[in-house]
Amino acid sequence: MQDVNWIALSIFVLLFGFISWLGFAAARWRRGDLDLLHEWGLGGRRFGTLITWFLLGGDLYTAYTFIAVPALAFGAGAVAFFAVPYTIVVYPMLFLFFSRLWYVCHKRGYITAGDFVRGRFGNRWLALAISITGIVATMPYIALQLVGIQVVIGALGISGTGVAADLPLIVAFVVLAAFTYSSGLRAPASIAIVKDVLIYLTAFVAIIVIPIELGGFGKIFSAVPAQKLLLAVPGPHTTGTYSAYATLALGSALALLLYPHSMTAILSASSGRAIRRNAAILPAYSLMLGLLALFGFFALAAGVDKLPEYAAGFQQFHNNFAVPALFLHSFPSWFVGIAFAAIGIGALVPAAIMSIAAANLYTRNIHREFINQNPTDKEEAQMAKWVSLIVKVGALVFILFVPTQYAIQLQLLGGIWIIQTLPAVMLGVYSRWFNSWALLVGWAAGTFAGTAMAVAAHLTPAYPLLIGGYSFPGYSAFYTLILNLLLAIVLTPVFNAMSARPAPVDETLEADYLA
Amino acid sequence: MNNVNGRRAGRSWWYLLFSIEFVAVLWPPFYNRADPSWIGIPFFYWYQMLWVLISAVITAFVYLVTRE
Repeated sequence: MQDVNWIALSIFVLLFGFISWLGFAAARWRRGDLDLLHEWGLGGRRFGTLITWFLLGGDLYTAYTFIAVPALAFGAGAVAFFAVPYTIVVYPMLFLFFSRLWYVCHKRGYITAGDFVRGRFGNRWLALAISITGIVATMPYIALQLVGIQVVIGALGISGTGVAADLPLIVAFVVLAAFTYSSGLRAPASIAIVKDVLIYLTAFVAIIVIPIELGGFGKIFSAVPAQKLLLAVPGPHTTGTYSAYATLALGSALALLLYPHSMTAILSASSGRAIRRNAAILPAYSLMLGLLALFGFFALAAGVDKLPEYAAGFQQFHNNFAVPALFLHSFPSWFVGIAFAAIGIGALVPAAIMSIAAANLYTRNIHREFINQNPTDKEEAQMAKWVSLIVKVGALVFILFVPTQYAIQLQLLGGIWIIQTLPAVMLGVYSRWFNSWALLVGWAAGTFAGTAMAVAAHLTPAYPLLIGGYSFPGYSAFYTLILNLLLAIVLTPVFNAMSARPAPVDETLEADYLA
Repeated sequence: MNNVNGRRAGRSWWYLLFSIEFVAVLWPPFYNRADPSWIGIPFFYWYQMLWVLISAVITAFVYLVTRE
């Protein structure tokens, strides 16, 4: 690995110190009683349109995304751009489904998807399935955020052996755990503002400076090998990369907002109108993500993987090192410090929100529902704080002792699992036509089939579905969601007819879903 | 909200505008080519980036016309 880059490291540490202070100071921001779960875990539902924009932007577009999408462009080419249609089609869903969900959760005091499903369908086992899925899908996602921090720490030239090698990561995580514990959702909300300003600054400087250094976009794209420049045109009897690209974009979009950390950030907004406005202004982040994907091609054109000073980095982090190497190659040290701090801090925001979201789920839908049904408000908030710590320690242990590849594969499976909650949660906000046991069977079948498909596809996202001699490669999550939905639709009238008892009461009213 | 169309509260025909963007970006044969390029960026890339902007405009429009 290259020598320690002292200037970049100093700026990185300085910015990290600043946001650590900010994370603790945030406890006093829009002050509320942090012994109440909705104050600690949802920031008191007081964030307006602008803060929600920073919070959701920092939450959905994670540090890992900023490393992994350009890395995919660098390694595989055009297919990495699925991130752009993905983050286009997700916003109509935010607009149509999640503003309604905000209203009903606000009126009924729900703080998780599990709370909503419990109230809407009156089935605690369905709510349990939704909640466990959320927690299990979130854990590897937190671990992946650590990969983002690891890559930039490595790129700053810090290396060592044994415990010393992992020390910076452990320090960053202890700080993260401590301010999340004390300030709750207010910490990532305030840090997100700093992080996003840094990320936008980095992206816009890079998109102007690097193409000039490399001699323009024409020159950059002519350096990209032809087979990476566009999607491969499908051969006969298959829809090839086309269906893989489209279903990956659509399936990822359908899954994204169902993740507990998305739900937490959405529910912390001060109004449903703030959610709808954000559906129109969050695409600013999609634009930046598209630019960042292009950085993978900049790295190809700059040939950073062939430069001896970055060989060790590529060996350790593989293609994930493409963007850090590009920045080291193109920018003066002080700006490298800013850019890397943006990525490092960018990992803390979603990691904090994810741990809070998992803690809310455990506290509300597992502990309160099945273990202690009458906690005091203070006990409930305290429980969530402890769970947020446990979740983070689990992620840290995972990333320190288990190969990174496993975290990536588990995160892929997480997407397949979380999408199975769509019929109950997203369709649930418009209709409670479904029988809750039919939803549960659909969920179980989708989860099982999706896992089997992913394993059959050697833990890659695209499964080559064969129908009558034709092959339709596509995202397993999308295919198994269709299976899930079909089962729920077919079994609903069957279960309704079989059941002697009337359906459980829906505690929500149609008016709850509107302003 | 939007009872002008005789629809149930919380629903609107304007929402159908969203389907345009689904078709425009989820059908790769529309845009999987290099030409025409723009300032050296192949069509595949600038087309999808342009749709980020168009979709934001559509969402803002739908927000304004369905605002209660």
